[in-house]
Amino acid sequence: MLKQTPLNAKHREANAKLVDFSGWEMPIHYGSQIAEHHAVRRDAGMFDVSHMLPVDIKGEGARAFLRQLLANNVDRLTTTGKALYSCMLNEDGGVVDDLIVYFMTDTWFRLVVNAGCVDKDLAWLEAQRDRYAPGLQILPCRDLAMIAIQGPNAAAKLWQALPGSEGVTRAMKPFTAIVIGTMFVARTGYTGEDGFEVMLPARAAPYMWQALTEAGVKPCGLGACDTLRLEAGMNLFGQDMDEKITPLEAGLAWTVDLKAERDFIGKDALLRLPRDKQLVGLLLLERGVLRGHQQVFTAQGAGEVTSGTFSPTLNVAIALARVPVGVKVGDPVEVAIRDKKVMARVVEYPFVRNGKALIDL
Amino acid sequence: MNIPSDLKYTLSHEWAHLEADGTVTVGITDHAQELLGDMVFVENPVLGRQLKAGEECAVVESVKAASDVYAPIAGEVVAANGDLEANPDLLNKAPYGAWLFKVKPADAGDLGGLMDAAAYQVHVDSEAH
Repeated sequence: MLKQTPLNAKHREANAKLVDFSGWEMPIHYGSQIAEHHAVRRDAGMFDVSHMLPVDIKGEGARAFLRQLLANNVDRLTTTGKALYSCMLNEDGGVVDDLIVYFMTDTWFRLVVNAGCVDKDLAWLEAQRDRYAPGLQILPCRDLAMIAIQGPNAAAKLWQALPGSEGVTRAMKPFTAIVIGTMFVARTGYTGEDGFEVMLPARAAPYMWQALTEAGVKPCGLGACDTLRLEAGMNLFGQDMDEKITPLEAGLAWTVDLKAERDFIGKDALLRLPRDKQLVGLLLLERGVLRGHQQVFTAQGAGEVTSGTFSPTLNVAIALARVPVGVKVGDPVEVAIRDKKVMARVVEYPFVRNGKALIDL
Repeated sequence: MNIPSDLKYTLSHEWAHLEADGTVTVGITDHAQELLGDMVFVENPVLGRQLKAGEECAVVESVKAASDVYAPIAGEVVAANGDLEANPDLLNKAPYGAWLFKVKPADAGDLGGLMDAAAYQVHVDSEAH
């Protein structure tokens, strides 16, 4: 029996094609994945991300605990509402999950973790809490729904759907959050566009979704979410990294603070392990579609596509691939697609940001 | 669900149509394109290839996934639809107009082994439950 979000009935009303995603019945698309993708790049789209879980860390010593728990440095969060992207590592430096952490008060931080990792994350959080900060509370917010509104017109349409919200959210900078009554509104997302992620009580979610629909925000499914995040060069847990991959091998060195004195779980392993792999962007130079697990052949040895797709914005196949260190931007590589080897070029990613192509085709 | 009555169908969701010149036109069904979603790439068999019935012979890829296309009957590939190279979305817009390839059948009688529209409808319904 699949779990349903508070928006399930709204998805059915909108003729969504529903699929099993990590045990949740979620919309993959509402007709056309590509039309939904373009809506987010050009106008405004919304995603039901209620399957993700906000987890509140409450109590004295919350910051000290997160300093130990997360590879990125929570001491970078100095103002109320500020958010930080981080990996949570195991002792071997592998990624338990990637998450966003919000600093609300000295005794309240909020994490938002991946749907597929919820049970594992809670067990990990509780085990580490027992070890480092026994007095802390770890509170999963299962009664919250979450809607991501994304795109160049996302803000204007959110303001239209939610009268009174403009004054309090207009000045919000990227990667910050505020609390408005029962809602937690963050200027974050997973698409490379401006937008908001709104956490709100489950019973209020269908009304919010309806108001957004009436304001012209297009419902978008997991399919468009994946092509948007890949164009934006954002990692997907379980595909681009997992427990056996370190953030340094997953293009996430920028999220790992190895310079500070601070110790954190997995730091020893990151300092000790050889760094022989890296994540790069690929652009396919021939017809076809790049997909996860295709073999990549470079002058420095073999690698593998971790995420690949057809990019609706660029009209060409793109991918993230893990290849040997030494492979450089501009290098020609070959990718095995079924029984053929096709040419691709190593490129910098992100591929697309704020509606604009960032790479030369 | 559109299932034209003048076509023959396979379990793997191809359609086949016997033309007046004796060739058989092959495509994917409305159901198949709907399952796959927005099409972005088509790879057709080379002309002259001898196909066995049930053999993998083409690939259609949507944004979501790649899917093999199987030869409904044995025969020689005598044409491939070049329009799909630039416009693979024709498969979504008109699945029974946007054919993939044409086969000169080894034995036109083989078409009799495929499903008619009514049988295919039952097959689609059974897969949905």
